Amino acid sequence: MSVGSRVDITRRTWGQEDDACNIIHIDMDAFFAAVEVRERPELLGQPVIVGGQERAVVLSATYEAREFGVRAAMPMAKARRLCPEAVVVAPQMSRYRQVSQEVMQILHEFTPLVEQVSVDEAYLDVAGARRRWGSALAIGERIRALVSEQLNITCSVGIGASKLIAKLASTHIKPNGIIVIPRSTQVDFVQALPIGALPGVGGKTSSMLRARGIETVRDLARTDPGVVRYWLGNVGSHLHDLAWARDASAVQPERVELSVGAERTLAADTQDPAELDRLLVELCEKVAHSLRKRGNSAATVVVKIKFADLRTVTRSRTLTSSSDRAVQFVATARALLTPIIQGGQSIRLLGVRAEQLSQTAAIGIQATLDEVVDDSAQRDDHVTSAVDHVMSRFGASSLRSASSLGASTTTRH
Amino acid sequence: MKFSLERDVLAEAVTWTARTLPQRPPAPVLSGVLIKSAENGAISLATFDYEVSARSEVPAEVTEPGTILVSGKLLAEISRALPNKPVEVTTEGSKASLVCGASRFTLLTMPVEEYPTLPELPELVGSIDSDEFTHAVAQVTVAASKDDTLPLLTTVRVEVEEDTITLLATDRYRLALREIKWQPAQPGLSTAALVRARTLSEAAKSFGSAGRVDVGLQVGGGMDRIGFMAGGRVTTSQLEDGDYPHVRRLFPESTPIQAIVDTQALIDATKRVALVAERNSPIRLSFSEGQVVLDAGQGDDAQASEVLEAELTGEEISVAFNPHYLLDGLTALGEPFVRLGFTHPNKPVEFLGQKSVDGDVVDDYRYLLVPIRFTS
Repeated sequence: MSVGSRVDITRRTWGQEDDACNIIHIDMDAFFAAVEVRERPELLGQPVIVGGQERAVVLSATYEAREFGVRAAMPMAKARRLCPEAVVVAPQMSRYRQVSQEVMQILHEFTPLVEQVSVDEAYLDVAGARRRWGSALAIGERIRALVSEQLNITCSVGIGASKLIAKLASTHIKPNGIIVIPRSTQVDFVQALPIGALPGVGGKTSSMLRARGIETVRDLARTDPGVVRYWLGNVGSHLHDLAWARDASAVQPERVELSVGAERTLAADTQDPAELDRLLVELCEKVAHSLRKRGNSAATVVVKIKFADLRTVTRSRTLTSSSDRAVQFVATARALLTPIIQGGQSIRLLGVRAEQLSQTAAIGIQATLDEVVDDSAQRDDHVTSAVDHVMSRFGASSLRSASSLGASTTTRH
Repeated sequence: MKFSLERDVLAEAVTWTARTLPQRPPAPVLSGVLIKSAENGAISLATFDYEVSARSEVPAEVTEPGTILVSGKLLAEISRALPNKPVEVTTEGSKASLVCGASRFTLLTMPVEEYPTLPELPELVGSIDSDEFTHAVAQVTVAASKDDTLPLLTTVRVEVEEDTITLLATDRYRLALREIKWQPAQPGLSTAALVRARTLSEAAKSFGSAGRVDVGLQVGGGMDRIGFMAGGRVTTSQLEDGDYPHVRRLFPESTPIQAIVDTQALIDATKRVALVAERNSPIRLSFSEGQVVLDAGQGDDAQASEVLEAELTGEEISVAFNPHYLLDGLTALGEPFVRLGFTHPNKPVEFLGQKSVDGDVVDDYRYLLVPIRFTS
């Protein structure tokens, strides 16, 4: 579910020819909510919110609920206030993941060049698939038909000459639509958008640009690139390129995730070190388990804290050597957390992230003297694999927090 | 207060004394250097951060005795930048003025009475050759942990047994041990202390060319302290508390496989091959009859390899190391040849120095390193 600013420009025809448009962006419509509705037909046409209890946030909401102003990442309490008649459904991450795999299977029927960016979003490069399947538009229509027939949910499809345009296009046409932005009109299209629509322009950057009189992408495009660079550094140059629809990034199948993380909003704000420590350990274990499942080790541990006043701090530290073991992460995460909680402020959210990932098989494990000398390294390997086995069997609970799209209680970037 | 002295003498003394000043002092007065002028024709300078103290005494022409406390960092910068002429320091109320040639500085002073009492000097227990001591400390501190989450391992264990001092440090991945001869002040001395590696290394470096360093030690009296003294300079450090792990048992009793390689050639080759070893990725050393092959990188990544001469005794063996840890050990050895002792590809490897390919091992320094393990 997209949390980016909705494109609110007059719907007009941007053209039909799609010769140069090889990139397709598929975005599932209100994905988690749609899966729930599909499985419980009595919910059809009703406002449905997928999210946890109490202090959790909205993971997904049907368009009926969105009409009341409910948005992804909004606190559940606020969503309930906006839409008291909404049916609230607890998320079933493993189920969504499974449906997501089915979607990806459909996409892979057209081309192996599929880059899955999250559970409900993917890019396709169909340059080579057109000979067999016809135009990009035909492929897009076919995908929409298959997803709807086989999975009984809907998706939106944006087609353009670059990932940037395809993504902006699908966001533009949502829900349940398809659109081609021809190369000849792509600059007009992107420049008609508000500045916040550009990927990489979040709250801070957009308010900073607004303070300088930049409201739309067109305003940014017409600003001297040197000036934009002065304001924002390399990011500025990149944004200026995007404002002229210059995006050369390729569709990369099997995206390498740069970090693995888990975070949780506490049921009630707390400053209790024991409670925070329990949560810290749990999050570290979850992160370590995810790393091992992917065959990765991480070199850096990041701790994120959101205080009761919503101020957020992150602290990171590089490990002496890369690891995929919770015990290493816990030691480092504690050292990072302790000075922060000593301030005695109430904490609302705690997160742990592992960064600078490498393939464990390639870099190996730097064992310690004591574990090598008394052979506990091997015992530890056995224990760890047993833990992984158990966590996999009871996957529902571990998967619930270990995955999602920035919009849930748990993020993975 | 009023005194004057040569610029070089002042600059050297202030720089040395102020070098241990904390970046973020726990109290403002602790950012100062305490200067005392006595009537005996000398001034003393001191810094203290409740853990480490540094004191030095230099000759000066004292006209009026007194004590002031001024910013150590600022005074060090000023004294280094002054022209090479005599410097005169006088106090007027809460200000100190410093005149050197045509330059004049006015410095704010801090209240002397708020400055903590400097720790007493620990009892003299012996003396040691300063160059040897500096080298020995450098050899051992490479293996100490820099990770504050394990405070005990950021220390060096100093064991004193009659005329031998043993220095030990480990960060759990490697272990360094150095034995060094010294001159105890009295016979029958047997004790041990934990000194922070950073402090020890700093102290050893600062006495680098002093000839001999006197060592003071005070253990078991509540505030345990170690002190080093030479040439009018004294530094003391609080000792750390804790049960240092029994690390000596980690050295293998015997190493059935041994390889001898030219140390410098191995250092150079490791540096070259490690260029492709990104981040934490390992460098592999494969020993066979007469040679060792170094290689790093695999799959789609950049790769490098190099072959060196090596004299192997025992079975062929292949081990992988963190290249930084390998270089640390090889560099610390300080001998023309290195003898690597193995028992098993996953077990710690012992590094010893040798003066020549077929000479005896120099066994006063041992570096033990755990290889990188690959799970199947």
